[in-house]
Amino acid sequence: MRPTTATPAATLEGVTRTFDAVTALDDVTLTLEEGQLIGMLGPNGAGKSTLLSLVSGLRRPSRGTVRLFGGDPRDAANRILLGTTPQETGLPSTLKVREVVDFVGGHYPAPMATGELMEMFGLTDLASRQTGGLSGGQRRRLAVALAIVGRPRLVLLDEPTTGLDVDARRILWDAVRGYHASGACVVVTSHYLEEIEALAERVVVIDGGRVLADDDLPAILARVGARHVRLTLEHPADVDRLRDLPSVVDLSQQDGRTSVLTADSDAVVRELVRRDVAFSGLEVRGASLEEAFLAMTERESATQGATR
Amino acid sequence: MSTTATTSPSGGARSPRTATPAGARPVAFLRLVGLHVRAQFLETVRVPVAVISAALFPALAAFFFVVPNEAVAGDPLFATQAISQLGVFAVMSACLFTHGTGVAEDRGQPFDGYVRTLPAGAAPRLVGRVLNGLCFTAISIVPLALVGVFFTDATLPALRLVVAVGAVLAIAVPFTLLGLAIGYSLTSKAAIAVVQVVLFPLAFAGGLFLPPDMFPGWLDAVSTGLPSRAAREVMVLATTGEVGYGYAVPVFLAWVAVFAAMAVVAYRNDEGRRFR
Repeated sequence: MRPTTATPAATLEGVTRTFDAVTALDDVTLTLEEGQLIGMLGPNGAGKSTLLSLVSGLRRPSRGTVRLFGGDPRDAANRILLGTTPQETGLPSTLKVREVVDFVGGHYPAPMATGELMEMFGLTDLASRQTGGLSGGQRRRLAVALAIVGRPRLVLLDEPTTGLDVDARRILWDAVRGYHASGACVVVTSHYLEEIEALAERVVVIDGGRVLADDDLPAILARVGARHVRLTLEHPADVDRLRDLPSVVDLSQQDGRTSVLTADSDAVVRELVRRDVAFSGLEVRGASLEEAFLAMTERESATQGATR
Repeated sequence: MSTTATTSPSGGARSPRTATPAGARPVAFLRLVGLHVRAQFLETVRVPVAVISAALFPALAAFFFVVPNEAVAGDPLFATQAISQLGVFAVMSACLFTHGTGVAEDRGQPFDGYVRTLPAGAAPRLVGRVLNGLCFTAISIVPLALVGVFFTDATLPALRLVVAVGAVLAIAVPFTLLGLAIGYSLTSKAAIAVVQVVLFPLAFAGGLFLPPDMFPGWLDAVSTGLPSRAAREVMVLATTGEVGYGYAVPVFLAWVAVFAAMAVVAYRNDEGRRFR
């Protein structure tokens, strides 16, 4: 591993950003070090995109300071080591794939060879296609390719795989890991826990404009490990016997299936068996991030209740 | 900031550059401008309707309204004047469309925000756009000039040609600024409508379709205060040496100042709204 350099890739110090009456970021302090692969996790509207727009110099903070490699990100020269993704829908539709890559790469002093980059992202056959004719997945790959064409030391990927199928997602994840291996700092935002699990080493959880948690991946997973336990009850009236199962956050029924959202699925299953509840078709699944947050807060209040 | 010498990293050849911003040399400004001109030119040129209408409209207007009119087409001075005023229309139209609707469309596209995160800033994109406007001005003027040369008695000796190119560049200035003012103030739908509403009345009242000699007195009086009329006189002066009215140049410069102020205000407001 490369030693961390004296200057971090980016720092935020006491950063607050408001839009009229809305506070998008609330007193955030964060350091993004070179060599880190950081997952930024939070529901829509949590403040992730605002944070990235401050680091990439699109906006200025209302309070606090943002530094990019020690300089002001609003100054174009300081963005020379920064790579970001355009929104998938925002590519100039009449330009060809190769032209867009050359255009973006031309802004950097030592861009990657276009051919090499295209191969890395499986875009070689599409080089002379206009971007307007690409599929969503192909555009997404191009967008991520554009983020690294200039060999940046800080890469910001805003929801890089939203809406992609599994294969396309793997290609992108491999490319992101591969680029990170060269020692750059890569930040991936997502509202999918799965994506963060697959990629990140360090996880920053943001909600309501605040950093809720900032830790390595296993520590965060332990805190947001909510699961859905789904089953079909033989006797529908049994649903009342499920309400006081351990760490139950939510209980719902749909199409004859009962779903228990819990922070401790193992305990729930053990208890179901112990109580001799007649069920079939047991299924345990990871919960969505929003549900995980719900579980996280629920458990915290439960802990407080227990200590009282 | 402490100045540290950038040494090559010891850890493997695979490692990309590790220069700090202070050490990494940014790409030269002119190269960045070149990138933006190229990208914008390709973007526009791939929409053939835009190019064809820009290239053909002034030439067709000359072909249908000037060429059949023997009294004008057969007279070197009148023919040169008629072609010159259509030339002003070509400049006006290219500048207002490239900058008015072009900028408004760009602002609506997320790619514009993305380009702002590249290490270039706003200037190369803006300079690129202005140069691109001039490319399209040239595309619309050349066919017109050819119609003038081959189908009318319009004349443009070599020296006048050089002066005329200068005049085209000068005339492009206020209409580029007006286009930018529109493009940075309005959404793309509104910008298209406003460009059309501004373009044709201004062209007609400025004597770009019919010579001002044919105007009633009141219209001629109003006309002399318009940017299109002032631009026409500058152009006609360049191509024929004929002086239209004495205060055309001051009127022209005044409009340059007005449109420059409008463009700056619109640009600043837009920056303040989107990149505050």
